[in-house]
This record gives sequence, C-alpha cells and structure tokens, in this order.
Amino acid sequence: MTGNILFEAIVFLLGAIICVSIAKRLGLSSVLGYLLAGVLIGPYVLGFIGNEGEDILHFAEFGVVMMLFLIGLEIEPKNFWKMRKTIVGMGGIQVAGTMLISYFLFLFFGFDWKVALTFSMAVALSSTAIALQTIKEKGLLNTTFGTSSFSILLFQDIIVIFMLGALPLLANTDITPLENSEEHTNLLQNLPLGLQTLAILVSVATIVVAGRFLIVPLLRKVAKTGVRELLIAAALLIVFGISFLMELVGLSPALGAFLGGVVLSNSEFKHELESTLEPFKNLLLGLFFMAVGASINFIVIAKSPLTVGGILVAVIVLKALVLFVTGSFFKLKLNQKLLLTFSLSQIGEFAFVLLSFAFSLNILEQEQLDIMLVVTALTMTITPIIGIINERVLLPRLGTRESIKRPMDHIAKSQKVILVGFGHFGSTIGRFLRTHGVEATILDHDSNRVDFLRKMGFEVYYGDATRTDLLESAGIAEANILICAMDNPEVIKQLAKAVKSKYPKVKLMVRARDRYAAYEFLNMEIDHIYRESLETSLKLASEVLSQMGFRKYTLQRQVQNFIRYDEDSLKRLAKEKKIGDENYIFKARKELEQQEKLLEQDFKRGIVEFDTHWDGEQIRAALEDKNI
Amino acid sequence: MKNILVLFSHPKFEKSRANSILADKIKDKVGVTFHDLYERYPDFNVDVDAEKELMEAHDIIIFHHPFYWYSCPPLMKQWIDMVLEFGWAYGPAGNALLDKKWLNVITTGGSKAMYCENGTNCYAINDFLRPFQQTANLCGMRYLPPFAVMNTHKIEDKKLHAYAEQYDKLIDLLVEDAVVAEVGNISFLNDIPQLNA
Repeated sequence: MTGNILFEAIVFLLGAIICVSIAKRLGLSSVLGYLLAGVLIGPYVLGFIGNEGEDILHFAEFGVVMMLFLIGLEIEPKNFWKMRKTIVGMGGIQVAGTMLISYFLFLFFGFDWKVALTFSMAVALSSTAIALQTIKEKGLLNTTFGTSSFSILLFQDIIVIFMLGALPLLANTDITPLENSEEHTNLLQNLPLGLQTLAILVSVATIVVAGRFLIVPLLRKVAKTGVRELLIAAALLIVFGISFLMELVGLSPALGAFLGGVVLSNSEFKHELESTLEPFKNLLLGLFFMAVGASINFIVIAKSPLTVGGILVAVIVLKALVLFVTGSFFKLKLNQKLLLTFSLSQIGEFAFVLLSFAFSLNILEQEQLDIMLVVTALTMTITPIIGIINERVLLPRLGTRESIKRPMDHIAKSQKVILVGFGHFGSTIGRFLRTHGVEATILDHDSNRVDFLRKMGFEVYYGDATRTDLLESAGIAEANILICAMDNPEVIKQLAKAVKSKYPKVKLMVRARDRYAAYEFLNMEIDHIYRESLETSLKLASEVLSQMGFRKYTLQRQVQNFIRYDEDSLKRLAKEKKIGDENYIFKARKELEQQEKLLEQDFKRGIVEFDTHWDGEQIRAALEDKNI
Repeated sequence: MKNILVLFSHPKFEKSRANSILADKIKDKVGVTFHDLYERYPDFNVDVDAEKELMEAHDIIIFHHPFYWYSCPPLMKQWIDMVLEFGWAYGPAGNALLDKKWLNVITTGGSKAMYCENGTNCYAINDFLRPFQQTANLCGMRYLPPFAVMNTHKIEDKKLHAYAEQYDKLIDLLVEDAVVAEVGNISFLNDIPQLNA
C-alpha cells in the first residue's frame, strides 16, 4: 500500500473513528483507542500505513507541537511564578531521581556511560500528550493530582531543552555525524559542539524576543481587519513558523511551540488562539497516538523479547517508585499519589526526539535506538491500561476520594459572571460589579479596549462572542450568568440562541436597544431584558449581584449612590476637558481615557464602603473597643 | 394546625448576627411563610393586594424586626400604613383580620435593665410597643406579648442560639395552637412555662 495520501487519510480517520468509538463505549480513554488503531493499521499488523522502519511519527508530531503550544498558552508567567515551588520541587525530584537510578541501572547492565546517560534522560521524561489528555478527559485538572502532574510535566518540558542542548557535548566526534542523520537540513551541524549548545540556547531566546515584539503586533494588525480566517491563518503560521525555525537549528519543534505559547500567554489573543487551535490539536494528537501505535516495531520485539520486556518493566517500576516517593515528599493523599504514579510512569514523546537526536550524533547505535523506541512506544500504550487497573481495582479499595465541593469563602467567588461587550452600557455594569468585589469575565471585540481593560486588571478576552468555542474558553460551562451588553440586537440574539440551547443553566441577561429588540427577546423566552440607559445598566448589574446573594435593599441604595456619584464625576469631567469633534479614533481614545479615570476613581473612593447604616457589627465593635 | 406569616424586616439583614441566627432557625419550618420585606420591596413600593392575600391566608402574623428608635424599621411602618386599610382591616366593614393573632418578635441592642423606669430608656419594652398593640386591637386581632431577644450588642453566640431554640419551640406551639389565651398577664412570651420546661 503505497503513499496515496487520500488512501492513508481514509485509513487513519476510519481507524480512529472505529477504535475510539469502541474504546469510549467500553469506558476506556480515547488515547487507548487511538493507540490500538495505530497498532492495527500499522506496518506490522494490517500494514495499511507505513513501511517497516519508516518514520511515520514525523508528520504526526504536529499534534504534540500544537498541544505544547496550547499548554504554553495556559502558562502565564505569573501563574508560573506562583507554581514555581511545585514545578521545580516535584519536577526536579522526579527527573533527578529517575535519571540517577536509571543511569546506574543501565551502567550495571553494561551500557557505555554516554549511552546510559542518554537513556536515563529519555526515561526521566513522561508523556505530556498522554497524561494531560487523560487528565482532561476525566476532568481532574484542578485536583491535587492534576496540578502535581502538570507541574512535573512542565518541568520536564523545560528541562528537555537543556537535555537537547547537552546532547551534542556527548557526541562521538570521531565519526562523521552525517551518515546517521535523517533529519532535515540542520544549519548548525557543521559548527563545533560547544557552539551548537550555545546556538540552541540563543535560538530559544530568539523565540522569546520575537514573540513579544513581532508576533503580538502582527496579531493586532490581523485582528483589526476583522476577518476571522486570517486569525486562524495567523495562529497556524505562528505554530508552523516556530516549528520550522526550531527544526532548522536541529531542536524539537514541540519545544519551540511550547515556548511560543508561553510568550503569547500574556497577550490578549490567548483565548482566541486557544479556541482556534483546539479542534486541530485534538485530531492531530489522535494522529500522533496512532503513529505511536503504528511504530511499535514487532520485529525488534521478536528479536530480543527479553531485553525489551526487561527494560519495559524496569522502566515502569522505576518511574512509578520515584513518582510515588515524590508524591510522598509533597504530602499527597494516597489516592492522588497513586493516580500520579500510574499516569506518569511512561516514557514520553520527547524521548523519540531525544533518542533520534542522540542517534544522529552517533551516541546510540541502531539497535539501541530501535529497542528504546519500542520500549517508549510500549510504555505509552501500557499507561492507559495501568490507569484503568488503578482506577477500577486499586482506588476503590484505598479511596480517600478528594471531595469535589469546597466551601467558598465569599459568595462573589462562588459564581461566575461573563460580561460580553464593554461599551457604554457594559462598562457601567462592569464598574458597578467591581465596586462590589465581583470581577466579571469580560469579552469584547475591540482589541484596543481589551488591551486597556487588561491594564486595568480585568480578566478580558478578545474575540467574537457568538462563537461558542470562545465562550467556552472564557468559562461559560462554569458560568451562572451571562450578560449580553452589546448594542446590536442581532448579535445578542445569535449569542442567546446558542447559549440557550447548549448551556440552558446559564442565566441570560440581555440589553435591548429598543422596544422591538425587547419584543424579540421576549419571544425567545428570555426573561431578563434591560432596555438601555444608565439606570437599566445598573439595574441589570444589581440584579446580577442579587442573584449572587447580595441584599436587594442594599443594592437599591447602592444603585442610587452610584448614579449620584457618577453624575458628580460627569460634571467634574465635563469641566476638565472638552471632547472635540475630531475623528473617530481620537474620540474612541478619549472614551477609553474616560473609562480609565472612572474605574480608578471608583477604586479610590470605595463608594460601597460608605453605606454602613443599620450595621450592628459596627456598634458592637465600637462597644467592645470602649469596653462599656 | 395554624399558619404563620413572618413579616421580617431588616434593612441590613446581611450584617445582623442576632437576626440571622433567629431567622435561619425558623424560616424553613412547615407552617411558616417567611416574608422578607426589604428583599421583596427594596423600593418601598408595597404590593398591597398581594400582602392582603397573604394576610388572609394566615392565622398568626409575626412582626419580626430589630427595635430601632423605639419602633420598627421604616419599611415595616410603610407596610402597616399601606396594607392595613380602612374598610378591610378596620372600620365598620373592616373585619378581614378578625381574631388573627399579632406577635412582635424583636431584637434590641440594649439590655432589659436599660428598658425600665431606672434605665437609660426610662420605659419598658411593652410601653414602647403600645402602638402595635393598639393597631392589633383596632383590627380586631389578638395581641400576644412580644418575644424579645435583648442585649444583642453584647450577647454571646451561644446565648443567641438558645434564643433561636426558644423561637423554634414557640413556632411549634403556635402552629399547634397551644399558646394559651391567658398569656396577657406576662410581659414576654419568652417566659411562658412551655418554653422553659
């Protein structure tokens, strides 16, 4: 079966659809389905795709590339800083422990020290693709186990950069590296080895700088055109571009993409990029898993079953032990520790990269490479199976299941409010909610305003809210209230329709430009309609707060206070600056300045705090002070 | 089996320790309709017809409120002014409330010692409650001595919970119609023997 692209595509898709459906029907993770599909259609079973020894993985790696780009996007530097202790602590212990023990084991079994070191590097890595996919599928991302796994995987994803950088130092320089190399043209190949390491680090730095000063401005330009496909194109361009550059210098494209993601995670395009790439990612990741399945080389297994089997078992046991100990260091509960132990005990996709790179540098021999590649693929295949055993046999016996519900410390935090549109109507709502300590998640399609709101510390997403995928990344699934404050009733209608059918539990509160818009909303069975003005925007906001448990009478007073206060500031600001009849952009900028000023004033004055009438607590506190 | 309407009135319920403890205890009980006036009418625009219907559907009306400036909070006064209409609640044809029971449940910041001839406030609670008593009389309702939780500025949580237990028991007695008619000679319903057994 030769390289007819259409035929191969059909085989892949059909294999995926059949096997994953069966896996899901049996309650197994989709990863296992993909892997089995790969084994079935691969060269050693049905032989539909790939010839023996051919590198099927190469193209499929794009799934991993995108996954890492998206993971990178998730990691805002400030969150990263918050998690630094677990990341470095757990990740460090895991990687160091695994490397150390496996290094001596491989030495003990008679491997050369360079080979042993390379192997131990590979073994220390786990599969981000498999582990995260499974964790997400089960919705465990926010458990202790989820964040621990994430930290460890993250540490590995970063440390692998240094591993790849270090490998050339181990290379056997006496043999020319060229004959082994099947890689693409590598600009650095002819440089001295020390310089190669340096070059790799420099290229990493290049991505960081380019991301900030090249990509973000480019995205802003693209966003201004308002053509949605262009943003998809730009997103893909970023991923492909970074990958290409990284390959050019002989580095893993996945790592480049990860870095690119981190760089962009602070930009306002975070969620737009995320929701655009998500569908591609899942499918390509599936393709990657299938390729892993297909690359299990049964000939190598048949040739030396004992070696392969021995290393396989040793690796999994060793990794599991180290993970278990790491979990103990960080005082995880037993069930969380077991989940961690069994879900990260495989060798990861970066091992493919690392090992192939080592092979091209002549550190490894063909046979050693083959064996480790098979072991890697096998560990990845076994992980979901071990996971099932853990979940169905071990956990029910040992379970101290983490309670999902935690008491919320403040009402405002227990409910999520999404506010779409931050124009003159929406901004009043946003301000009023904020003065009551409620931070709504804001969506707006004006990238200037988004930029400004982020500076003011709001959680803001840029994009077209009628796209459910964007709403999803803004957290509509966990939201209780969706406020539609855009001025175009047609857009609101579209959004409301989508949300009503897909998330019927979310309470819709909509702005109606006029009577006719209100008629239409009423006919759509939307109960909470606000015909626009300063008062109605505040009425809407106060009803949001009432839903969250604030007292109605208090809110009634606050609304009136807010209006009085807003009118005061209106008069003040009117005196201060004349808004001229300049062009539109100038006006828009003025409006932003205005909003900024208002938000700052709200904050400084703390207008809500003044309302302390009938406050028993105060009297009690005063009496206690005086000790009467 | 009697129905109880609790007309609850507190402009800053969210900050009231005593009333939270009391209200939490009884608001979901069978036979009790807990009607939070400030939550229902933040704009003071009382829906008179709806309120009349509520009154008609219940046998015992509890006016549950903090004691502000020797009286009830303004919305409750507003409610009384608007709902208890001539020709319905009183007057020649006004007999809608006949023989229903009226009970004030109040919290006061000051202690009992402050509410007496020699105290800061010179008069007893029951003296201050006269307007309520006479309103009940005029409407042909049977006025019960108040249930009072006093000294809330200083009282401990534990004590407040004990009061809440009493309140709870009192509601049971009222529902069973077991509060004897001759309670008129005691100052506070807190003191009836059934609550202190």
